[in-house]
Amino acid sequence: MFYREAGDFKTSYGEDSQTFPIKFDRLRYFAVLAIAFGVVPLFINDYWANAVAVPFLIYAIAAIGLNILVGYAGQVSLGTGGFMAVGAYAVYKLMTAFPEVSIFIHVILAGGITAAVGVLFGLPSLRIKGFYLAVATLAAQFFLVWLFNKVPWFYNYSASGQINAPDRTIFGVFVTGAQTSAMAKYLFCLVMLTLVALVARNLTRGTVGRKWMAIRDMDIAAEIIGVNPLTTKLSAFAVSSFFIGIAGALFFAVYLGAAEVGEAFGIQKSFLILFMVIIGGLGSIFGSFAGAAFLVLLPVFLKNVLVGTLGWPTDLAAHIELMIVGGLIVVFLIAEPHGLAQLWRVAKEKLRLWPFPH
Amino acid sequence: MNDMSDGYVTADGRQIGGVLMEMKNITLKFGGVTAIKDISFDVRAGEIRAIIGPNGAGKSSMLNVISGFYVPTEGEVWFKGVKRGPMRPYQVARLGIARTFQNIALFDGMSVLDNILTGRLTLMKKGLLSQAAWWWSGAAQEEYEHREKVEKIIDFLEIQNIRKTPVGRLPYGLKKRVELARALAAEPKILLLDEPMAGMNVEEKEDMSRFILDVNDEFGTTIVLIEHDMGVVMDLSDRVVVMDYGKKIGDGTPDEVRTNQDVIDAYLGVAHD
Repeated sequence: MFYREAGDFKTSYGEDSQTFPIKFDRLRYFAVLAIAFGVVPLFINDYWANAVAVPFLIYAIAAIGLNILVGYAGQVSLGTGGFMAVGAYAVYKLMTAFPEVSIFIHVILAGGITAAVGVLFGLPSLRIKGFYLAVATLAAQFFLVWLFNKVPWFYNYSASGQINAPDRTIFGVFVTGAQTSAMAKYLFCLVMLTLVALVARNLTRGTVGRKWMAIRDMDIAAEIIGVNPLTTKLSAFAVSSFFIGIAGALFFAVYLGAAEVGEAFGIQKSFLILFMVIIGGLGSIFGSFAGAAFLVLLPVFLKNVLVGTLGWPTDLAAHIELMIVGGLIVVFLIAEPHGLAQLWRVAKEKLRLWPFPH
Repeated sequence: MNDMSDGYVTADGRQIGGVLMEMKNITLKFGGVTAIKDISFDVRAGEIRAIIGPNGAGKSSMLNVISGFYVPTEGEVWFKGVKRGPMRPYQVARLGIARTFQNIALFDGMSVLDNILTGRLTLMKKGLLSQAAWWWSGAAQEEYEHREKVEKIIDFLEIQNIRKTPVGRLPYGLKKRVELARALAAEPKILLLDEPMAGMNVEEKEDMSRFILDVNDEFGTTIVLIEHDMGVVMDLSDRVVVMDYGKKIGDGTPDEVRTNQDVIDAYLGVAHD
């Protein structure tokens, strides 16, 4: 009854084009922000932070990044893991080389470095499309992982070949290293995610986003109305890689603390984030959140049910869990090929008429 | 018809200006096939210029040469008195040449409003970074200013009720209208229309004809159109180029073209003996 546009008159183009045109949605959005920033940090513990919250936040950043490339600009990429590795190694090199600079700046810079690498590997997109482009970015994935394995300079010649995040603070609170509290990890990632989501929304609502979508929907028509395909595709690669680089930097520095490139940023990571984007919904910021939540929460939930409630042995539960997640993905894609975001959209449209749909 | 160095007055009393665009000896070859053979014609400011001809005559190829998809094998395109070098389509768009396509080329995933706003992107100046900051950089302000211009076009073409509908859901006739709106949004000097009435019923054709005339009248836009419906062409256009097998066989007012023997032969066929 309260989910209505009726009576909520828009008197300017600004009001008409806002992200949440319905008042209830706006209120809910601010409520979610308030709870995420004000309530959750008070109650979060190590288990919730490490198993659920922090991976969700980081994967959501990566999913937004990939969604810009795949969902908005229509360029398929399987190099996400590799680009996350660039972010991770960039932040590691920056942290060790300039310990006095704030980690916040390092994370942003790591995103910038990844953006440059992304543009480089995005160059083939000017000539090839679809599956062929996917294969070309797959090459980026393997090349980057190989590079970080083989060149000792990247891991500061450490004997194990691993990289370890040194202790760094923001406002005197540890956000990386062993002494970091669950709350600090959570808040740091949350701030980054909020910034990323805002920037992504601003880019996609304006000229830049329309150029990307124009290239995605019909590249010939896009060119005829003045879209330069070269700069548009490369800007999509740059922005996408920037976000993915930030995600990679956080994944290593805040979440893992220590990483080995093949294990942490292998091809599985590329696929995982691509699944998040597809299940969540291509071309939707909300879909990136939904997809990340689905693939992070579902395994945790299943594990708790199977091991905790039903008392199955852990190894058996782990295998069954994979099968159930895989099955659910298939079911979901058959039921709604446009992802969770589309389900959400349909639900909202229904709700707008509820309870008198005729 | 030949003494019009500084324009002429049309049958319905409109003053037509000087030469805006000139095609000089255009030849276009694909391997061994010659699509266009040594064609020259001019387009004057403010006129409605039609290109007609039987199927495969090279009309669409000519439009593609103008809009930069094809680079002519020989010949030159002059625009506003300047010779145009080889250009990509997006550079042509920035010169102020907009077009629509024979088979609609809209962005199906975007709303009508977004489609039309995309048409204005050559006029929108804010870059990536100011877009990211949105409220603080004036990008939002710019967006709303352009939205106002777009709303005028939406009003003009009478598509207010569908402005937030995704284009993919619209019927054919409306899609054609949205495509016209998108081309108009760029505030073009020349508007190229590739079969704007293909596949329309009589009523839709009448609507579209009225819009074309109104565009020409209200915005002073020069229009080059390809069309098969002879009634429409003869009613709308000020001057007509007739093509057949890649060659120009006639050029002049509708009345002149109608009585041209080569044109009659091309359309009705001629006895070979």
